[in-house]
Amino acid sequence: MRKKRIATASLAGCFGCHMSLLDIDERIIDLMKVAEFDRSPLNDFKKFTRRCDIGLIEGGCCNEDNVHVLREFRKNCDVLVAVGQCAIMGGLPVMRNAIMHSEDPLRECLDEAYKASPKVMNPENQIPNDPALPLLLDKVYTLVDVVKVDYQIPGCPPSGDVLWTALSALIKGEPPELDWALIKYD
Amino acid sequence: MPDEAPNISQKYIEFTVDGEVYSVRNGLSIMDACDMVGIYVPRLCDSDGLVPQGSCRVCSVKQNGRTVAACTQPLENGAVIENETLEIKNYRRDLVRMLFHEGNHLCPICEASGRCELQAMAYRLGISQATKYPYLQPVRPVDASHPDIALDNNRCILCGRCIRASRDVDGKNVFEYVGRGIHKRIGVNADCLANTDASIDDYAMSLDVCPVGCIIRKGEGFFAPIGERQFDSAPIGTQAQNPDSRLIPVKQYDPQDDT
Repeated sequence: MRKKRIATASLAGCFGCHMSLLDIDERIIDLMKVAEFDRSPLNDFKKFTRRCDIGLIEGGCCNEDNVHVLREFRKNCDVLVAVGQCAIMGGLPVMRNAIMHSEDPLRECLDEAYKASPKVMNPENQIPNDPALPLLLDKVYTLVDVVKVDYQIPGCPPSGDVLWTALSALIKGEPPELDWALIKYD
Repeated sequence: MPDEAPNISQKYIEFTVDGEVYSVRNGLSIMDACDMVGIYVPRLCDSDGLVPQGSCRVCSVKQNGRTVAACTQPLENGAVIENETLEIKNYRRDLVRMLFHEGNHLCPICEASGRCELQAMAYRLGISQATKYPYLQPVRPVDASHPDIALDNNRCILCGRCIRASRDVDGKNVFEYVGRGIHKRIGVNADCLANTDASIDDYAMSLDVCPVGCIIRKGEGFFAPIGERQFDSAPIGTQAQNPDSRLIPVKQYDPQDDT
């Protein structure tokens, strides 16, 4: 049986879910016996080398590059899995959607980060706008707002055990079944 | 339905829950009867000591084939109750999932995480499947005017427990529903919470009343470490299912008890 190919990406996330993947500890040796990584920050492949079986996405979409990467994952992966609360419901970045009493929450968020905060030294009053930077979206979108997602692994981050349980099932081609002790939203 | 008219003078009645026969005294709601015999019916808007309201519908059960809210529906003699069937579980799962979508329930940043009944209910019902509803992501105003209490309406599930606690236990009528339909929210009886007679010592502001993180006791957030929070070691409702331990109140560690 050929090894299952796994691709991973971190969009608007903190890489905590990728760190948590390493929390499966020595079980990673067993994982590498049945699976291999394709496009992933773990092996620094920037592009898909071929079609993958499982795509793990951490984080939601906060800029146009995130949307682009996510669509590419949907196109190149048989099963797409939202990993962690940011991918599932927006997580911490989605807080910027709910800035109170603001017509333009994104503007308010950037002003607070780069101009208005008392801890910021920004004499030229500039908000980063280099053309190389991906364009920020008007609000943070969850994965299901953009593409069809097959499964989700909840947690912030999901523990190594949850990832191991879910990945083992997915590699066998079964839907992940998480029992009470494994489902955590925080 | 039994053919004869219900006999209200009867002292004890028999009923069946998921195939098991039980007997309780007459005049109880389905939920009270189930509690009495040690069967847990999931609930969010009902709380011990408050008048049942039947608004969250998470306690929906089938009585003789009809879906009813267990907290408000009186138990009939000879009733056949379905509590843990697949159909009822799916009802509840969808109800709780919709509550998650109607507010901003960001568990990673919420200080109620771990003692939140909504979250614990989702864990108990095993909600880990990919979502099928869009997120509403409301932007409702946060009222942080009171020195000891803050209200984050974005986390409110409109269970009305604070309304009933303030009206019936504290006698203050601090909270009430305002608006209708999707615009319905909890309002206070002044322009902001600071101008009401709400106090941090009210029962309505205690940890027992708000099932989510909507009523925030300022300066107390995250008092229990992960692993020691109310629902970390056992699913919600485990106490009710064990009749021997049912009467031991579940109390959370409160930092103010130390002083």
